[in-house]
Parts: sequence; C-alpha cells; structure tokens
Amino acid sequence: MSASQTKLYRDEAIILRTQKLGEADRIITLLTKEHGRIRGVAKGVRRTMSKFGARLEPGSHVDIQMHSGKTFDTITQVEAIMNYGEALTEDYQRWTIAHAILETAERFTQQEEEPAQQEFQLVVGGMKALAENRYDSSLILDAFLLRSLSIGGYEPSMTACSRCEKPGPHRYFSLVGGGSVCMDCRPSASATASSEALELMQALLKGDWDVAEKSEPRHRREASGLVTAYLQWHLERGLRSLPMVERA
Amino acid sequence: MSTGMYEGAIQDLIDALGRLPGIGPKSAQRIAFHILQSDSEIAANLVEAVRTVKERVKFCTQCGNVSEETECRICRDPRRDGTKICVVEESKDVIAIERTREFRGKYHVLGGAISPIDGIGPDQLRIRELMQRLSDSTITEIILATDPNLEGEATATYLARLIKPMGINVSRLASGLPVGGDLEYADEVTLGRAFEGRTNL
Ligand SMILES: [Zn+2]
Ligand SMILES: [Zn+2]
Repeated sequence: MSASQTKLYRDEAIILRTQKLGEADRIITLLTKEHGRIRGVAKGVRRTMSKFGARLEPGSHVDIQMHSGKTFDTITQVEAIMNYGEALTEDYQRWTIAHAILETAERFTQQEEEPAQQEFQLVVGGMKALAENRYDSSLILDAFLLRSLSIGGYEPSMTACSRCEKPGPHRYFSLVGGGSVCMDCRPSASATASSEALELMQALLKGDWDVAEKSEPRHRREASGLVTAYLQWHLERGLRSLPMVERA
Repeated sequence: MSTGMYEGAIQDLIDALGRLPGIGPKSAQRIAFHILQSDSEIAANLVEAVRTVKERVKFCTQCGNVSEETECRICRDPRRDGTKICVVEESKDVIAIERTREFRGKYHVLGGAISPIDGIGPDQLRIRELMQRLSDSTITEIILATDPNLEGEATATYLARLIKPMGINVSRLASGLPVGGDLEYADEVTLGRAFEGRTNL
C-alpha cells in the first residue's frame, strides 16, 4: 500500500492462524474479503484484560480495522461477526477439520492486496457448516478441498477423460494427468477410482448434498483418499494439519 | 537464514538471536549491538547463565516440569496429594497455579497445546506419558487447566475424550471474567464461558 493511500482500513475477515510475538502480542494471519491474505499484529492480545478478548482466534469471522505499517499492519479494532471457534473445539474431529480448512485457505491465497473473495466465501461457508454440524464433517472438508482446487484452477476431471475428453466415468484416476483418464490416455502411475467415489466427488464439488449424504462409508473413504492425494500433489509442501484429521 | 548485512561474529550472533521466539531481525540486531557495546562482565554473565541452564535444568521424568533433579520438587514431596493431577501446557502455568495455593495435588506439563495448523498434534505433546501415569489406579481426578483459548479448549476436549472412559473424574477450570475488568469490556466469548462455568454458591 503506497503512502498516498489512507493508512487506516476496514474489512471483513476470517482468522486463519495466530502466532505468539514477544511478551503479550500475537501475529494474526487473516483472510480478508477485499484485501486478500494479510498479517497483522494484535498488541497485548494475550493479556486477559485485552480489549480484543477472544475474538482473534482461528476460525473467527470478524469485522476488523487495521492500520497499515511498514513490516506489519496493526489491528486497531475488532468486532465479532461469528465466533465459530467455540463450537468447533467441542468436537475434536471438527477442530482438526477446521484447521485443515484454514491451512488450505492460507496456501491457496496470495499474501497482500490480492482479493480472494471466492476463497473467502468458501472458508466462511465451511466454518459455518462445521459449527452448525450441518453435514458429516469429513464430507464438509472434502467439499471444501475440491472447491478450493477448482477456484485455484486445479479442478480434477471426475467424468470425462482429462486428456482426450472421452465421456466417462473412467476407471483410472491420475494425479499428474488432472483426474479421470481413459484406458488409452492413462499414465503408468494411475490409481483406480470407483464410479461411486467419482460421483460423490462431483456431488461435493457442485454442492449436491442429497447425493453426497447417501454415499456409503467405503466410497467416502475412497473419495477422501483421492481428494487428499490430488491436493497434496498440487501443493508444493504438504499440509501439516491434514494427517491429523480424524476421518470416520 | 544468513542473508545478513554484517560479517563474521556479529552476524552469527544476530542470526542466533533471530532464531529465538518473538525476536525479529530488527530486535536481533539491536540486542547484538547492545551486547557488543556493553561491559564484558554482562556478556560473561549471560553466557554463563545460558550454559548453566542447559547443563543443570532438566525436565522431571514424572510430570515434565523443569527440575534440577530427575524428579521435580513437587513430585518428590510426600505431602502432595497423588490422587489428583492438574494438566497444564507449560511449566510457567505450574508456577501460576502454585501461587494461588488452591491446589495440593500433582501436575502434568504437556509442553504446549494441540494446533494441527502448526503441526502440533497429540503425538508432539506429553500425552502418552500422561496416559502412562493414569494407568496407576491411585489417580482419581484430573483437572484440565489448559489455556482459556481455542487451542487450550480443543486440547481439553481431546484429553477428556481419552480419559473419561477410564472412569477417572475429569474437570475443567471455569474460566471466569478477568479480575478487575469491567463487565462491559468483556468480550462475548469470555462472558459466555463465565456463565457456562458458573458454580452455585
Ligand atoms: Zn483419454
Ligand atoms: Zn515432577
């Protein structure tokens, strides 16, 4: 942000990550609606008397006022829109899934000034669905991961062959080859995928929850495995939280 | 890390300081020059204190608290109630609870809280050691005194799920409003917790 622009700005944000800084401060990583991913310092937040209270914790949806600085922006005011975190800690599986969502969002967004409205809405939706226990938590995570991949331009093909576009479903699934591949196009290191797992993944991507919730546990496990492998392939470094997620 | 502007010893010191928690490149540089310009006695004391703490202070094999012996002062004390264990994140939390003089049982220091995004799961904390201690049938009560933030709450949830089936009484410290704070300044989450954790008088 150049010096000519206003030093104070306001935005809607979701807290992705917090790190301790010095005696009582924290560095807060936020995904904002208008300003993309930013890092801000919350001074004195760890003191029980802090005016920020518990609003700046991972998963919180907030209305925030920041003061832009040279290395870090400073958080000057926070209003809670929804504190999803509280509901998420009551269930350990949901808590690990919330962390996987937040870490994925961090990795799929660029730091500073790059608006990421779609990803922002996706994270808010994911936190809300988790906190309200609207669907199976593991399905919420896979839907989030698939949609993040899609927004990022890495949507795997789940029907037609990703190479020759021959209509599917196909038995083979390739991480390198962009998802479903036909018999003729499949690279040597392809996995196999059942048509039910692919159908489930398609339903999760499109938000067809009626179909998704009718799926069988074994197809859910298979789809989770495919989505996770596909995601890890497309990210340079693996996600730290993903191996800690408790899958059903 | 070494993209420093200085050469040799001073840059080595800046780099070493910069690896400490909460110290950024600027602070590291400031501290390094402060050390360089101060009396050699001050520097010698610092070196000695760092050396001694690494040589002498260990972690209690029972509870994980800092200790100069194999077992810490509290674990060795026969007057402490061995049926109760208070679980905390850090050694400094033991000091804080000891100061209240409310608790006469023993402790277990986890070494942090569960935070998957930071790569910290149950296996990175001293949870296996806690479970080993709980296999001793004399322990009847566990008090979870992890921090009143989300990581602390999630860690408590995880531990309660693990410990309750063993038939051990598990409780969580009620996180009250900050002492001396005005009610109107308390944020909604803290206030909510205080109501939830209220006890009948
Ligand atoms: Zn093909
Ligand atoms: Zn001890």
